[in-house]
Amino acid sequence: MKKDEIPQDYSALVNHFRELCYAKDNDGKYTTGLSTGWEVKTVALEQAWEEIKLRIEETLEEIRKGHKTPLAYFMELQLMDSKLLSKYVGIWHFKVKRHLNKPEVFRKLDSKTIQKYAQALDITAEDLTQFNKA
Amino acid sequence: MKTNFEHHQAAHCENGVTSNLFQFYGLNLSEPMVFGIGGGIFFMHLPFIKVNNAPGTTFRPMPGTIFKRNASYFGIKYKRLTFNSPEKAQKKLDEMLEQGKPVGLQVGVFHLPYFPVEYRFHFNAHNIVVFGKEGNTYLISDPVMETTTTITEEELARVRFAKGAFAPKGQMYYPEYIPHISDDKIRGGIKKGIKHSAFFMNAPGPIIGVNGIRYISKKVRGYKEKLGDRKAGLYLGQLVRMQEEIGTGGGGFRYLHAAFLEEAYGYIPNEDLLRLSEQFTKSGDLWRQFASQAAAIYRGRITTQEAFDQAADILLEVAEIEKQAFRKSAKLKF
Repeated sequence: MKKDEIPQDYSALVNHFRELCYAKDNDGKYTTGLSTGWEVKTVALEQAWEEIKLRIEETLEEIRKGHKTPLAYFMELQLMDSKLLSKYVGIWHFKVKRHLNKPEVFRKLDSKTIQKYAQALDITAEDLTQFNKA
Repeated sequence: MKTNFEHHQAAHCENGVTSNLFQFYGLNLSEPMVFGIGGGIFFMHLPFIKVNNAPGTTFRPMPGTIFKRNASYFGIKYKRLTFNSPEKAQKKLDEMLEQGKPVGLQVGVFHLPYFPVEYRFHFNAHNIVVFGKEGNTYLISDPVMETTTTITEEELARVRFAKGAFAPKGQMYYPEYIPHISDDKIRGGIKKGIKHSAFFMNAPGPIIGVNGIRYISKKVRGYKEKLGDRKAGLYLGQLVRMQEEIGTGGGGFRYLHAAFLEEAYGYIPNEDLLRLSEQFTKSGDLWRQFASQAAAIYRGRITTQEAFDQAADILLEVAEIEKQAFRKSAKLKF
């Protein structure tokens, strides 16, 4: 790649910083240049976020059907899976899975556990107990 | 308090931290040199490890490798500490800054406040340098950024104790002693780095190195039939992100490696180094061409089997060029 070919497309980095690329100058020697973004990458990143949004929608649907709990929704919002959530709250994975998938178990959680989850997921305890998004 | 640390932007965080920290302690090595001597060029496809529901691919060795290999080759004494509580981690960090010593930290990206939200995934092997503190705000040199930035005590504690794969556990590292490094020693490092990367890229088995590139080419060819257009697009998108997203300097580190070989020629005037550099530039260009072709597919513009075949063919060409280049690298006589 030549230095003047370093792409300067729109990306999420705009307004934050430009990234450093290695490319050749006119004498064929390596130098560095800055890039605002490359469309090929921007689309790939957008696609990853589309997938996340889709997963969140699917989770809401599952909650409506009673197959999942509000915890699952906030977990998806934070791009976590059950394993990672378990590490953040310090609760055993098999228990976290029950809290995610069994509304009757989730409803009986004590306020201390709810608080732990709320803290890990950057929300308030009420967000979890008075869930109304589904 | 503030140390007289100098921030230089880098393509890749680990190279940047290594190069910038070494420089503070008196060893001047550019990003490509640190990358090359650390044997940073790599490829591995991990069909069974799913990241965001798509198979993982990596263009770099394990996090921490580049720093470690440089330090051990040059006989640099360094400390790498982890902590079991944020309080202890902060105390030690403050002590270091008090002594005027900047340190490297491993952090998670998800809660990193100065990163654009779109880039914040649960990736825990990001590297930054802390070079000062004012009130309860730390001065941060994040190598992928153009300028330095700041972060509060609470924010820093959070990213230092991110959880999950590669959990940093407050990890902090810094050189304690750097001996005088002669040009001869650097020449030795260059040779070692080249042999090192050649060894891994020529490795037997289907998923590592040049064989891995062939393997992914075969997979890509079959994506459409096996996965359907939507999932195939996701897999390709993931591959492109691993190849190009912040940190690789373009073309999945191939340009960085080519820049290293060119700089190495300044130390070892062997024409073969320049020829190899050319080959890796070509390989980098082809990787980027592959990314463009993959993009045409995942945007849904052209999703014929022919488009998949073309993408796979480009990868085969990459594999062929790199096979020759790494075989030659392994046999190089200096």
